[in-house]
Amino acid sequence: MKKITLNSLVGSFAEDKDTAAELRDEVILPELNRGGEVEIDFTGVTLTTQSFVHALISEALRREGETVLSRLTFRGCEEAARGIIETVVQYVLETVDDED
Amino acid sequence: MIFRVYGFKCIPGVVVSNLKQAILFGEENSRACYYFLLFWGYHMKLYFPNSAHLQNIEGFIRRYSPKNRKALRVTGHSRYIHAHPFVMAMAACLGASAASAGVEPTGKVPNVSSAPYLVRMKLFDYLGVPSPCEIEEHEESGRFVPLTQIQTSEDLRKTITNLIPLLHAAPSVADPIRYVVSELGRNVLEHAESDVGGFVCAQYFRDKKRIAIGMADSGKGILNAMSRYHRVYDESQAIQLALTPGISGATPRIGGNETNAGAGLFFIRSIAKVSGNFFTIYSGGTLYKLMRKQTVPHMLFGDPFQEGHSLVRDLPRWKGTVIGIDINVDETVEFSSLLDIIRKSYSIDVKARKQPYYKKIKFR
Repeated sequence: MKKITLNSLVGSFAEDKDTAAELRDEVILPELNRGGEVEIDFTGVTLTTQSFVHALISEALRREGETVLSRLTFRGCEEAARGIIETVVQYVLETVDDED
Repeated sequence: MIFRVYGFKCIPGVVVSNLKQAILFGEENSRACYYFLLFWGYHMKLYFPNSAHLQNIEGFIRRYSPKNRKALRVTGHSRYIHAHPFVMAMAACLGASAASAGVEPTGKVPNVSSAPYLVRMKLFDYLGVPSPCEIEEHEESGRFVPLTQIQTSEDLRKTITNLIPLLHAAPSVADPIRYVVSELGRNVLEHAESDVGGFVCAQYFRDKKRIAIGMADSGKGILNAMSRYHRVYDESQAIQLALTPGISGATPRIGGNETNAGAGLFFIRSIAKVSGNFFTIYSGGTLYKLMRKQTVPHMLFGDPFQEGHSLVRDLPRWKGTVIGIDINVDETVEFSSLLDIIRKSYSIDVKARKQPYYKKIKFR
């Protein structure tokens, strides 16, 4: 399992999409492609944006659909981050539905 | 020395600096004066009215004139000026664009009682006309975020970092500002192609429990941005698409691509709606305004034209995009509650055909 600790990379406000894209391309997608699991630790992150979370996980959701949720874990999420993750997951998978 | 204005001879010092005297020089110079007066009316104009809220922002926009980008004249109400961050961001952007084009603005903002506030917001650092008054620099009161120019990702990061010490406010107040500034700032950096970047400022009205935010750029505008990948007929349709979730200016694919969801502006207008306040977007000659009072307040529509709104299409043309938002905040209510309402409201709109995927996420 790959672990990503966001606080040390982006601080308490996770909004830097460039960092999100880097994590997606260099850690998350390669690990999921290998069949592994990824844990994203939001401990210490008090706020994030829809754009950041989308850049981080949407491609994994789009490629593998809802099944990828069993291999993605979100740790230490405060309410605000949790709400945004839920919204992005719902939004992306609904869009995938629409494409189907 | 004689030179020609629009093909007519005139004397420079006389015609340009002393109009009354020029009229005395006979028919030829009177005609020159006539054309001089035409020229005088043919420049960009920016007027600060005594009241410019999002509610009545059309009044401010209608008095803005984009004619002749080689000259800018700035004036203001003689007794009082109230300028929403929308107005200040737009004014700063205009001033910076003029400066980058080598234009020296003329005119002045009167020294009204609200002038010190405009100075503290750093309006005159960018506008290019003299500050109407001197103020003593001191630590900001924690009620506003002064005008800041964002040209790079690093500028945006610094702006967001500096928000917290500037506001001295609870997370319920600071978080919506940080969120909106981040999303709007990224939009400017990724899509606007603005020579001067974007300008942002914000104000917190503690007594009214309201936040006001403005962001302006002088880039390619929403019509050009959306036309790249979508068939768009006019500015109002471009704005409609830009505010519809799933439609991005970065890709023709519905739902966006791996980096752009096409949902940033949808979320921001949703924040305004669920908090019960205004959201405006002005680009080209078109202004869309999400109204404060909604007939269906507890539901978010994907199509912004289904929301209670106004659309004005015949406004003076703004080259880029200006966005203004008012958010009602309660210091006891976390921003996450607002986001939760957005998720639920959006789900209500689509739940007849959707599954609750978010329930399958593993949180630990």
